[in-house]
Amino acid sequence: MTDWLIQQSPAVQATIRVLVFVLPVLIIVPGLIWWERRLLSWMQDRIGPNRVGPFGLLQPIADGVKLFFKEDITPAAVDRLIYFVAPAVALFPAFAIGATLPWGPHYGPLMHWTPIADVNIGILYILAISSLGVYGVVLSGYASNNKYSLLGGLRASAQLISYELAMSVSLAGIVMATGSLKLTDMVAEQMKPLWGWDAAAVFQNWFIFTPFGFIAAVIFLICMVAETNRAPFDLPEAENEIIAGYHTEYSSMKFAVFFMGEYATMFIFGGVFATVFLGGWNMLPVNWDVLAAQVPAVAPLARVMDGANYWLAPLWFLGKCAGGITFYIWLRATLPRLRYDQLMSLGWKSLLPMAVANFIVVAIWIMCTKLYGPAGGWIAMFVALAIVYVLYLNVVSATSKSGWYAQGRIRMTEGAEKRRPIALVDPTKEVRP
Amino acid sequence: MTVFMVLSTIAILAALGVVLFSSPVRSALCLVFNFFTLAFIYFGLKTELLGITQIVVYTGAIMVLFLFVIMLLNLGGPQTWKERFEFRTVLGFGFGFALAAVIASQVFANFQYFDKPQAPDSFGSPQALGRVLFTHYVWPFEIASILLLIGIVGSIMLAKRKL
Repeated sequence: MTDWLIQQSPAVQATIRVLVFVLPVLIIVPGLIWWERRLLSWMQDRIGPNRVGPFGLLQPIADGVKLFFKEDITPAAVDRLIYFVAPAVALFPAFAIGATLPWGPHYGPLMHWTPIADVNIGILYILAISSLGVYGVVLSGYASNNKYSLLGGLRASAQLISYELAMSVSLAGIVMATGSLKLTDMVAEQMKPLWGWDAAAVFQNWFIFTPFGFIAAVIFLICMVAETNRAPFDLPEAENEIIAGYHTEYSSMKFAVFFMGEYATMFIFGGVFATVFLGGWNMLPVNWDVLAAQVPAVAPLARVMDGANYWLAPLWFLGKCAGGITFYIWLRATLPRLRYDQLMSLGWKSLLPMAVANFIVVAIWIMCTKLYGPAGGWIAMFVALAIVYVLYLNVVSATSKSGWYAQGRIRMTEGAEKRRPIALVDPTKEVRP
Repeated sequence: MTVFMVLSTIAILAALGVVLFSSPVRSALCLVFNFFTLAFIYFGLKTELLGITQIVVYTGAIMVLFLFVIMLLNLGGPQTWKERFEFRTVLGFGFGFALAAVIASQVFANFQYFDKPQAPDSFGSPQALGRVLFTHYVWPFEIASILLLIGIVGSIMLAKRKL
């Protein structure tokens, strides 16, 4: 199969790779909608859609048919060209964003099937295309000629721009640790021995297991939810404030296109998270070939697992994407929506400084590793993290009791005290249940 | 070559759209599309970093700001007005063509021996660019970053009446 693929012209190769990637995404999206509705209802102690087909599995198809045959209403006062173009613009980034994602091994017989384009700017491409997601939302909000829609569009653009920044900076640390923007290089880097110890070569160095990678992963996860406009960051479509935001005026298939774009983006962002932090297509953080060499007793099993890890790679990757989706749904069932000022202060005052501090810590770690070897690097990293943490407690955080703010050594400027966020419960009083 | 022809045709059409559409939002959209197509021309020339920078900076950031301003100002629907025929119009066209001719004479001479991209493989790669930025051009780079910092501080000073 691979020999046949290599013999084709580059354009045909690319087309085949696109089809192999996009078709599964298209097939999976209805499944995601079913999974979201079922899981959400279980979490809320309901039954959920269970009538159409076994376990309600055919429900999304029924919904699709319903949406397809609904009357397509176009309000009279819309800007017609932009109104019709906007859903397509919203769908474009959802499908284009996965072009550099490796969903399978980058070496051996499976290597030419993935990713669609292994360019040397992989992660930058994902950031760039996800920043184009603003257009669909803003344009639909503007073209609808409806105040609520415009508000939703403006909210979305402010939110996307704010969280993109923290997202890029959190990924920049990982890029520095890898030394490359290529996503295949990132996966290869995560297959190296854990924490750079050759003694721990059995375990893979997934970035989420490293201290800096864990912080970056948390920041990225929050930004990822905000980027896809999902709960608790779904202010652009907050139904109790602005009806449904930017897609209020859209009906029938045009509404379905927005919906589909949102779910496809969620799915692929799950894939980005898996690639950058969770070892890409690897099943478990274990180097099976090293295990087979080091522990002869389990060698046959390890060899079988190695084969399964390699040949079923897309399956493990899909599993991680599904895990990402489940996390999204869990968040939606758990957390209430943020207020707009909370959203902005979380993005600008918490996530961005944390991401920048993390970035500096990674730089210190890399330099000390080069100068003093792995052990020196790790010691330097923990010292740097401790310094950052103490600085945060003493200078930044106004809530810490031992901090300089509470001791009166630093003060907020005039009027800032009055503008502190309104708490439902007075933090100075003890709460009795 | 075919790819280049198709992309450049689209880019030129989009550029024409910027000028010819009467609604400001549509013009801005055409500009977005033009920038986006330019990025693909860069991809075709194997300078992926330049192309992606084009998308991040122009398409993803600056044009969003443009759209924002246009929408918030609410420039409204298309306005048409009649212009009287004046000798100034003719003169303007004359100068315009003269400028175009001057630029074209400088640009097209270089296209004479132009055949295909001749840059080496690593040209414009992130590694090469980073190395040059932090060795040969380190001072301009750092000074530019300080300039940006001043810009940020200045905009905060302007936006916040009371600090």
